[in-house]
This record gives sequence, C-alpha cells and structure tokens, in this order.
Amino acid sequence: MTQEVAFRGGVVSRFIEHPALRRFAWGVAGVAILAALWFAAGLWLQANPTTQSFAAFGLIPTLQAFPELFGAGKIQAAAAASGYRLGMGLLIAICIGVPIGILMGRVKWFQEYSNAAFQFLRMVSPLAWMPLAVLVFATWNGSIIFLIAIASVWPVMFSTAAGLAKVDPSWFKVARNLGATPLQMLTRVIMPAIAFDVFSGIRLALGVAWIVLVPAEYLGVTSGLGYAIEDARETLSYNHLTALVLTIGVIGYVLDSIIVILINRYSWQRGHA
Amino acid sequence: MAIRGTNIKIEGLTHRYGSRSTVTFNRVDLESPQGEALAIIGRSGCGKSTLLHIVAGLLKASEGSIKLDGTPIQGPSPKWVMMFQAPHLFPWMTVKQNVGVGLTFGNWDKSTIDSRVDEAIQLVELQDFAQSNVQDLSGGQQQRVALARSLVMEPELLLLDEPFSALDAFTRSSLQHDVRAIAKRLGFNIILVTHDIDEAVIMADRAVIMAGSPGNIVRELDVDLPDPRDRTDPRVQTLRAKLMDDFQQAANYQKPEAVSLVD
Repeated sequence: MTQEVAFRGGVVSRFIEHPALRRFAWGVAGVAILAALWFAAGLWLQANPTTQSFAAFGLIPTLQAFPELFGAGKIQAAAAASGYRLGMGLLIAICIGVPIGILMGRVKWFQEYSNAAFQFLRMVSPLAWMPLAVLVFATWNGSIIFLIAIASVWPVMFSTAAGLAKVDPSWFKVARNLGATPLQMLTRVIMPAIAFDVFSGIRLALGVAWIVLVPAEYLGVTSGLGYAIEDARETLSYNHLTALVLTIGVIGYVLDSIIVILINRYSWQRGHA
Repeated sequence: MAIRGTNIKIEGLTHRYGSRSTVTFNRVDLESPQGEALAIIGRSGCGKSTLLHIVAGLLKASEGSIKLDGTPIQGPSPKWVMMFQAPHLFPWMTVKQNVGVGLTFGNWDKSTIDSRVDEAIQLVELQDFAQSNVQDLSGGQQQRVALARSLVMEPELLLLDEPFSALDAFTRSSLQHDVRAIAKRLGFNIILVTHDIDEAVIMADRAVIMAGSPGNIVRELDVDLPDPRDRTDPRVQTLRAKLMDDFQQAANYQKPEAVSLVD
C-alpha cells in the first residue's frame, strides 16, 4: 500500500514538474469537460419534447455530420474559400500595418499627426464599412477581403508602433557606428527587434479577422464557412451547422497556435512564453 | 588582423546644441600620434562624451575639423568605431553573430567574416561562448563581445566612452589590461573618455584633462610607464596622485575666453 502511494506520488510529481505535459493535460481536460457539457445538453434536447427537433445540435449528431460533410467536399471547399479571403485580408493588413507602424514608432511628427485619426478609424466597427465596401468593390470577394483588412490592420499597426517605441535607441547608434545602411537598419535591427510585437499584433488581428469573416460571408457570397453555416441554417441541417461552427473553432485554434509558434521562434525576449 | 593606427588631428572643434544654446566645448585642439592610447578625463558635463561622439561621426561639430591621417571625418566609418558605456548587443543574435554584424553591414564574403570573427572572439577569449545567446553572458563577457565587435572591423581608432563603468572592479581591471594589451599588440589608436583616474593611468599613454564651461583641454600628462601596469606599482601611484592633483586644480578652471551664447 505504502509502495503504491509512493509510486503514484512519484508519477504525479513527475507529471507536475513537466510544464508542457501539464499544459497539454489541462487543455485536454478542459476540452473534455466542454464536450461532456455539450453531450449532456444534447441528451437534454433529445429528452425534452419541446426541444426534440433541435436534438441535432448535440455532440453525437454533430460528429456524425463530419464524414458526410467531408465526403461531399463541403468543409474543404468552404475552408479554402474562407482561408483565401482571410489570408488576403491579413496580408493586406500586414503590408499596410507594419510599415505605417514603423513610421509611427520611428518618426515622432508622423505619430503625433496620425495617432488621433488612426484611433478614430480603429473605433469604427469593421462591419459598419460593409455598405461602403459593397458599393466600392465590384465583387463580394473584394468587399470581404476589404472588411477583413480594415478590421485587422489596427492591431498590426499599433503593436508594431508600440514595439518600436520600446526598442533601445542605442541599437540604432551601434548599427550606424558599424556602418549600417538605412535598409540594413530596417532588416537587421528594426525587424528582429520588433518581431515579437509584430507577431503579437498579427495574432490579435487574426482573432479579429476570424470574427469578421463569418458574418461578412453571410452576405452575397456562395462559398466560405459563413455561407455554409447560413446555408445549413436555411436547410435546417442543424448537425451540419454545429459541425461547421466546430470547424471554425478548430481552424481558428490551429491558426492561433501557428502564430504562437512563430512568436516563440522569433522572439528574443526572455520569459514571455 | 591587419590593423594599423592613425594620426589624429583635432582643430578648433566647437559644439553647441542648436544655434543659440549653450556651447558644450569651444575651440578644442588636440593631436594624437599613430598608435597612441589617449585618455580624456573630466567631470560629468564637461563635453568629453560629446567630443568622442563627434570623433565617431555620430554627432556633427558646430565648427572645426577632425582629421585622421589628413582625411576629415564626415560620418561613422568602420575605421573609427566606438564602444559605449553599455555593450548594447543585439539580443536576438549569438555571440558570433553580434561580433560579425558590422562585417555583414559591409557585405563582406562569408569566409572572410567567419575567419575574422573567430579571430576576434579568440582575442577576447570567448571561444567557448561563440554560439551562446548574448543574454546568457555576464556583464563583463558582454562587454568583451562589444570589444570583439569593434575589433573585428580592424579599426584604426577605437573610441571608448567609459566602457567599463558599469562593471564590477575585478572585471573592469581585467578588461582595462586586456584592451590596452590588444591595442598595443595590433597597433591601433585609442581615445578613452573616463572620469576614473586609475583607468586613465592603467590604459593610456597620455592623459588630457577637460574642464571649464564651455569645456576645453586644460592639462595634459604623459603616462610613461612600462606594461603590464600594476595599480600597486609606486610609479603608477605617483602618476595617479599627479593626475588627481591636476584634475582637482582643473576642476576650478575657467578658460578666460570662454563664451556662452545664452543671454
């Protein structure tokens, strides 16, 4: 008995001492609890005569919908269409946000002139631009990419500017002293110095873009995850609807995890992870 | 390493911040022959660091000129590199990458960079740490990396702006001896700015005292001692006492023709 307790204690303490394993186990436990609650809610919907018609929202019907959706290629096609819009929108946001953020962080007068205007624009809800986007862009795709870009440009821009404001000015002096050209200053000093902040901004931008994407796809387009959810709702395919919601969550989680890996890979700051 | 020193000639150097603000120093003249280690000592605010930044090409002089072997300094150059009070290493780079960063700025080929970096790292005795991240090094080791980063450029002139002031006494003493020994072995000039009189005596061939407002060179003293220099050597103690005496006299110095543009 004593030996058994000691053995179990040893295993537990080794487990607790391994942070990555511990984090993974807690994550799995959290997801398991969520799945259990979902499962219980599904049983309740099934058992109650007034909610029985919504039983397809439950965990089991949802999981059963996946082979059907994958088999028909619906999830792949929807994810590809949404991924394209998300990728293009984020790319535009990065291409605009990073250079302007660097200007804001490096050129004091530009920061002073632009800050109020950018803060004002940032506070406009991205979806409020939708009517304007529909008028300006010839295609729905263009409108959605614009909405994603305008939603995600601000976190990238302000994180980049904040990162640059924290950069040790002596690094610029050292680099000049060693003969760095302005381009080398940008690529060898500024970009590595602010990589953590830029990726953190992109992570925030991804979250915002992912939130904007789905409602934006409710309108006009005939592809993408948002459209597929709307289609499932209209055809009362509730298990398809929840399967698509689950897909959105999983893809979002995977994309966020990829950016966290990039943050850890390119961050030189100690102890942030 | 193919390093050689240079003849430095500073003539009528004046600096003021803005067109109407206080003059930092006024009409400074100073010469240093090839291979000399020159210390500039003075109290905080006398303009010695500003003078060094102008020599490095990082600041512009209001008037006057600085010539190395007759060529005026127009801006920063790998031929005259500066070590600052703190190492200011790039924390996302390894020791080797930090040491070679100046050569990569100059677009040298990889084999040249590798051989010169290895040589510089050996000079500062950090071979075992070449692949370490600089954040894992002690303060003294980081300052050695900064020294190697300067030496790898094969400078004619190494400018030292109180480079060891943030280090503990043992590390400081060790680096003072090492930098002087490397400079004498390779033959480059040093201009050292410090307010530490011991440091001036240990590292320099000649010390000048900067004082006054606006600042100027008010005293100079040859530090004619054999190497390696030992703080307990009576000759070092005598020169230290002499320099301290001069320094204290200079503390009350006010150059008669000193002017201020502030009303």
